[in-house]
Amino acid sequence: MSDLEVFRQETREWLEENCPQSMRSPVIAGEGACWGGRNWVFESEDQQLWLERMGSKGWTAPDWPTEYGGGGLVKAEHKVLKQEMGRIRARSPLDSFGIWMIGPALLKFGSEELKQQHLPAIIRGEIRWCQGYSEPNAGSDLAGLQSKAVDMGDHFIANGQKVWTSYGDKADWMFCLLRTDPDAKKQMGISLVLFDMETPGVTPKPIKLISGSSPFCETFLDDVRVEKDQVVGEVNQGWTIAKYLLTHEREMIGGMGLTGAGSKTLGAIAAQTIGTTDGRLNDLFMRTDVARWEIDAAAFAFTAERVTDEAKAGQGIGATSAMLKYYGTELNKRRFETLLKIGGSDDLIWEGDISNNGWTARTLLRTKGNSIEGGTSEVQLNIIAKNILGLG
Amino acid sequence: MALVLNEEQKMLKESAQGFLSEHAPVAELRAQRDAGSDTGYSSTLWGQMVNMGWAAILVPEEYGGLAFGHVGMAQIIEQSGRTLTASPLLSTAILGVTAINLAGSEDQKTELLGAIAGGELTIALAVDEKIHHDPMQTAMRSEAKGDGYVLNGEKRFVVDGSTADKLIVATRTAGSPGDMKGISLFLVDRTAPGVSVQRTEMLDGRNAAIITFTDVEVTADALLGEQDRGFRALSATLDAGNAHLAAELLGIAQESFDRTLQYMKERKQFGALIGSFQALQHRTAHWWSEIEMCKSVVLKVLQSLDEGDVKSPALASIAKAKLCEVAELSTNEAIQLHGGIGMTDEYEIGFFIKRARPAQMLFGDYNYHANRFALISGY
Repeated sequence: MSDLEVFRQETREWLEENCPQSMRSPVIAGEGACWGGRNWVFESEDQQLWLERMGSKGWTAPDWPTEYGGGGLVKAEHKVLKQEMGRIRARSPLDSFGIWMIGPALLKFGSEELKQQHLPAIIRGEIRWCQGYSEPNAGSDLAGLQSKAVDMGDHFIANGQKVWTSYGDKADWMFCLLRTDPDAKKQMGISLVLFDMETPGVTPKPIKLISGSSPFCETFLDDVRVEKDQVVGEVNQGWTIAKYLLTHEREMIGGMGLTGAGSKTLGAIAAQTIGTTDGRLNDLFMRTDVARWEIDAAAFAFTAERVTDEAKAGQGIGATSAMLKYYGTELNKRRFETLLKIGGSDDLIWEGDISNNGWTARTLLRTKGNSIEGGTSEVQLNIIAKNILGLG
Repeated sequence: MALVLNEEQKMLKESAQGFLSEHAPVAELRAQRDAGSDTGYSSTLWGQMVNMGWAAILVPEEYGGLAFGHVGMAQIIEQSGRTLTASPLLSTAILGVTAINLAGSEDQKTELLGAIAGGELTIALAVDEKIHHDPMQTAMRSEAKGDGYVLNGEKRFVVDGSTADKLIVATRTAGSPGDMKGISLFLVDRTAPGVSVQRTEMLDGRNAAIITFTDVEVTADALLGEQDRGFRALSATLDAGNAHLAAELLGIAQESFDRTLQYMKERKQFGALIGSFQALQHRTAHWWSEIEMCKSVVLKVLQSLDEGDVKSPALASIAKAKLCEVAELSTNEAIQLHGGIGMTDEYEIGFFIKRARPAQMLFGDYNYHANRFALISGY
C-alpha cells in the first residue's frame, strides 16, 4: 500500500469515529454552518465536538504548517481528506474569514510573532475575523481610502469609517486597511493592521440589505488604539498585501460556482414546476431561457475545470480569476432571475411556508451584490483588458 | 481526464498551424474565389494533407489509419478555422470515416477506410432536405427492389456534394418523417445514373450542392449499416461533425479576436489608440471571456467522443450551440471594431463572417442545438 493509501485508510477510520452523525449532511443556504469565535453559540453539542476534533487535528486548515496548529497536509493528502469528507457527506467544521483571508496573508507576509499569536486561534475557531476594506467613498477605487492611523510613537490612533464589513457585529478581530502616510501617492501610504473589535472606539452597525438580511456592517473608528506590532508586513506597504487578498477573494468567489446549485438542474426544477408535454417544457419561451442558461453554465463549469487543469499542467495564462469572477457572478444573477420566473407568484411571497420565507426572491436580491463585492464586474473587465489583453 | 492537450496533440496543433499559415492562408481562399475554382478547395493542398496523414487520423489502425482521435483531428480543424482553409477534411475524413466506421460492414470498412486514408476517395454526407437541419424529419424514400433498392428524393446543403466520389445518403425505408426508426443510409456514387447535382456556391466561397435522386438503383451492398436502423450511426456522425464544426468556429472566433485586438493597438482616433477607450475595452474583455468558455466546451466534447462517453450527444449540442453564439458575436464585433475598413472586400476580416455563418448553420444552428440539448435533458 502506498503512503497515500495508508493516509486514506487512516483518515477514513478517523472520520468514521469522530464525525458526529448530525454533522454528516450538507449545509444548505447557510443553515447549520459554524463560524466560531468568542461569541459563537453552538447550535448543538455535535457542532462543538466536530469543530474541536477537527481543530485539534489542524484539519480546519489542512494545508497550513503544523507549527501553528495546521494540518500540514501536502496537496495530494488534502485532496484525499476532501474526498473522504465528501464520502460521508461531512460538513465543513468551520467557515472562517480567518482561514480564507487573513490567515493566508499572515502566512505569506506576517512576522513570526503575528503568526504565532493569531494562526492557532483561527485554526481552532476561537477568534472570528472581519475585513475592514471598503469605505463610503472608496468602493471600486479602494486605494482612495481615507480612514487613517496616526503614529503616536509606540502605537497608532485610528479614525474613520469602514463599510461592507461582513459580520462586523459578530466578529472578534478586524484586519483593516488604514492610511498611515497622508502625503504619499495613494497606493503607497496604506498599511494593513489588526485590532480587537472590543477596543474602545470600534462601533459596528448592521446594514439592512434589500434581501432583508444584514450580513454586513458599517464600522466606525473613533480614536482606536492600534498596537505597532499588529501591522502586517511593513508600514505603508499594505497595498501589496491588499491586492494579494483581493485576488484571493476573487478566486474564492469565482471558484465557489453558483449559489445553491445543489443537485437539481434548472431544467429539472422547471420541468417539475411547469410540467412538460412530449418531453418539452410547457412554457416554450421559458424553455429557451432555461436552455440558454444551462448551456452557459456548462461552459462555465468546464472552464473552471480547464483553468484548474492547465494550472496543474503548468499551462495557461494565469490571471484568469478576473474572468471567472466576472462570468460566474453574472451567471449566478441570471440563474436566480430564471428561478424566480419559474417559481412564479408564489416565489414573490416574502414570508411563510409557501415560499420557504421568500428564499428565491431574497437570494435573487442577494445575488445582485455578487457582481459588486470583491471587485465589480466592471473592475474585472478592466483587469482583463489591462492585464491580459494589454489594452492601455 | 485532465481538460488539457497532451504533448502529441500540442505538437500536431503546432505543425498544423505552421503548415496552414504557410500553404493555405486567407489569401489562398481569396485566390480560389477570384479564380472561380470548380472544387472550392485546392487539390494540391488536399494531396499534401493526405501525405501528412491528416485523412487517416480518425481511421482505425487495422484499416490503415493512425487512430489519433478527435482531439487530435480538431487541432487541425481549429487551425483551419483561423486560416479559413477549405478542404475535404470535414466531409471525407471526419463525417465519411465516422459513418463508415460506425455503420459499415467489414468489407465496406476494409475497402473504403483505406481508400480515404490514402486520399483515393472523397465522401459527402447528404442529410438535409429542407432549409433547416432536422435529420429525424428525413422523408426521401428508398424502396427495396429485387436484390437492391431504388432511391427517390432531394437533398440540399450537401457540402462537397459537387466534388465527392461517393455520397452517404440518409433515406427512409419505413415509417414517416419524425420517426427515429425507418432511416437507412446508402452509399451512392455521385455519377450514378439518376443522380443530378446542382452546385451551389455559398457565401464562404465553398461548394455545396442540391442533389436530386430520380429512380437511382443501388445494389444491396450499398446499404451502410442495418436497414431501418441508420439513425443511431447518423446521429453519432453528426455529433462528431458538430464537434469539429465547433472547433473550426473556435478558430474563427479566436482569429477574429486576435486580429481585432491587434487593430485596437494600432488604430488611432481622437488622438488616441482606440484600445485605450473603456467602452471598447469592456466589450473586448467580455468577448475574450466568451472565447475562454468556448475553448472548454470544445475540448470537453472532443475528449468525450474519444472516450465514447454517453454524454457525447448532449456535449456536442452544448458545444455547437455555444460556438454558434460566440462565433456570431466574434465576427460581428470584429467588423464593428474595425469600422469602415471591416466592410471592404479588400480587407480580410470580412472573410471570417462569411465562413462562420455556413459553419454555424451546417448540421444545426444555435436554436436547433439548444432545443436538442433541452430534449436530451428532459425538458
